[in-house]
Amino acid sequence: MPEPNRRDSPGRGQPSDLYTVDSMKTEFGDLAVRETTGSSLGRDAWIRLRRNPVAIIGFILVTLFLVVAVFAPLIAPYGPSDTPGKGIVTPTNIPGPSADHWFGLDDLGRDEFSRVIYGARQSLIIGVVSLLIGMTVGVIMGVLAGAFGGWVDGLVMRITDIMLSVPGLLFAIAVAAVLGQSLSSVMIAIAVVNVPVFARLLRGSMLAQRDADYVVAAHSLGLRRRNTVASHILPNSISPVIVQSTLVLATAIIDAAGLAFLGLGSADPAIPEWGRMLADTQRYLSVAPHLAFFPGIAIVIAALGFTLLGESLREALDPKYRR
Amino acid sequence: MIRFIARRLVLLVPILLGLSLLLFLWLRALPGGPAEALLGERATPESIARIEKLYGLDRPLPQQYLSFLQRAAVLDFGSSVRTNEPVADELKRRFPATIELAVGAMIFATGLGIPLGYYAARRHGTWVDTTSVVGSLLGIAIPVFFLAFLLKYVFAVQLGWLPTSGRQDPRLDTEYPTGFYVLDGILTGNLPAAWDAAQHLILPAIALGTIPLAIIVRITRASVLDVVNEDYVRTGEAKGLLKRTVDRRYVLRNAMLPVTTIIGLQLGLLLSGAVLTETVFAFPGVGGFLYSSIFVRDYSVIVGFTLVIAIIFSIVNLIVDIAYGFIDPRVRVQ
Repeated sequence: MPEPNRRDSPGRGQPSDLYTVDSMKTEFGDLAVRETTGSSLGRDAWIRLRRNPVAIIGFILVTLFLVVAVFAPLIAPYGPSDTPGKGIVTPTNIPGPSADHWFGLDDLGRDEFSRVIYGARQSLIIGVVSLLIGMTVGVIMGVLAGAFGGWVDGLVMRITDIMLSVPGLLFAIAVAAVLGQSLSSVMIAIAVVNVPVFARLLRGSMLAQRDADYVVAAHSLGLRRRNTVASHILPNSISPVIVQSTLVLATAIIDAAGLAFLGLGSADPAIPEWGRMLADTQRYLSVAPHLAFFPGIAIVIAALGFTLLGESLREALDPKYRR
Repeated sequence: MIRFIARRLVLLVPILLGLSLLLFLWLRALPGGPAEALLGERATPESIARIEKLYGLDRPLPQQYLSFLQRAAVLDFGSSVRTNEPVADELKRRFPATIELAVGAMIFATGLGIPLGYYAARRHGTWVDTTSVVGSLLGIAIPVFFLAFLLKYVFAVQLGWLPTSGRQDPRLDTEYPTGFYVLDGILTGNLPAAWDAAQHLILPAIALGTIPLAIIVRITRASVLDVVNEDYVRTGEAKGLLKRTVDRRYVLRNAMLPVTTIIGLQLGLLLSGAVLTETVFAFPGVGGFLYSSIFVRDYSVIVGFTLVIAIIFSIVNLIVDIAYGFIDPRVRVQ
């Protein structure tokens, strides 16, 4: 049976010339504007995103974080293991911020600023890798459940039920404890926690599309289920996943810091990690609070950036706000 | 309604079974088996074999799992290797601390969160609204342990207003009939002890309650915004009802539905222990104890605590679902 021609989904076309004619613009200004902004959801979202100050702040914070992480060796005045303060630092005297050392020195005489800068790399790697693993596995599970329904759906949902019955951080600790103390075990632990979240999100959003008119239409035109899912249901259910992945980057950074804080991070003490920097300085709480303050602020900036971006993306992609 | 509850209870069974299997396999997967954990440094291949025979660890895995299930079903988890006390006793000692902390955190979160969210929604688009939205996003972005650390540094170390750690001043002479220190102090008429325990709760509760607070503010705000545009609110206003009456009986009551769910879910989460907050404040709850047990391979504690936490977590979620049915008649009818 020949496959029916698939037409572009409606509403994706460019604004018609009629409305961009100058005279029309002045006479029916409102109409013209509505027509241009009412193009594709993606373009529409992009326009709304650019107008949203929250999104811009989020974007700036995220960019700052990315630049610092990528260009760490160029920005940091010292290496992460250099000890410029050797001989100056004693357990009772840990100098705070100064002109030479912006964030002060740490308990081993290392430059705190350089270590915070290098720490961004670690957070970025953990965040991105754990997101990719968690999202991939979760999306596969979600698609299986959403596309097949029936017992596949039931099985996937029971698996996510079990995974969600253990609170997130405990679950991550359990996974990290089995895999041993290393960077990759932290990434896998955080990824595993996010798998059921992505699976449920995508399944739910696919189910919501399953009875939509255009899906029924595709069915009645004789489109195979595989094609309906791939070219109709999935593209229309993916936006919550995009939003969630931005937000997960924030929680992944926080969780990674939390695991490191508990002593579950990378086993190599030479690699600066924000969470562990915070944990290591607990003993010096009254002598050198700056050692906890700066890595903590760094975590907040990175996490806040992704949170603001994710939230404004959610708003921008929400059809409720579309006109 | 009864069918609804029954179905949810039946659904709990596969979850708990699956979880127990997962837990069992996880224990076997932990590096350094249980025998080595028991023997520690002195482990030799012979002594390991002896211990494994003694505890039935040399039997086939399915058999081991069955006996594991049998004991778990009657909540017999054995004794902790570390403290030599039955796991059930450890649970009894530590759960009240966690419950006290969780309740304190939720009082902070709801007491502040609902009015803030409501206020923000009623002044939608003003600076009050923007501040509360940005503030709640900030609350989500701050790591719990960093916030705990800041609170401890400012209010305990620098200002000295509140204690830095623990549940109560150990020098106080007190009795604990219930295990809830604040309640115990009141019940035994020892008000200084109750006050001391309450003071120990303040900082951890704020640290722990900040994320729920942020979430509650957001949900309340969004849900009030949804409700104020409903027809029945306009009708109420149109027929000349007092603004206060409309607010209380029409807006708040309907807007509270999703908020109730969130409060329940968050409470379930907090009851499962707050590893990070407990660590910073050396608070003797379930989270910190379970966490340290993983590292000394205290198997009986790990199994007992994890299962009990998961059961409580699932039951609280179930109660939330049922409560929702009671509050919202629409759910019941379906």
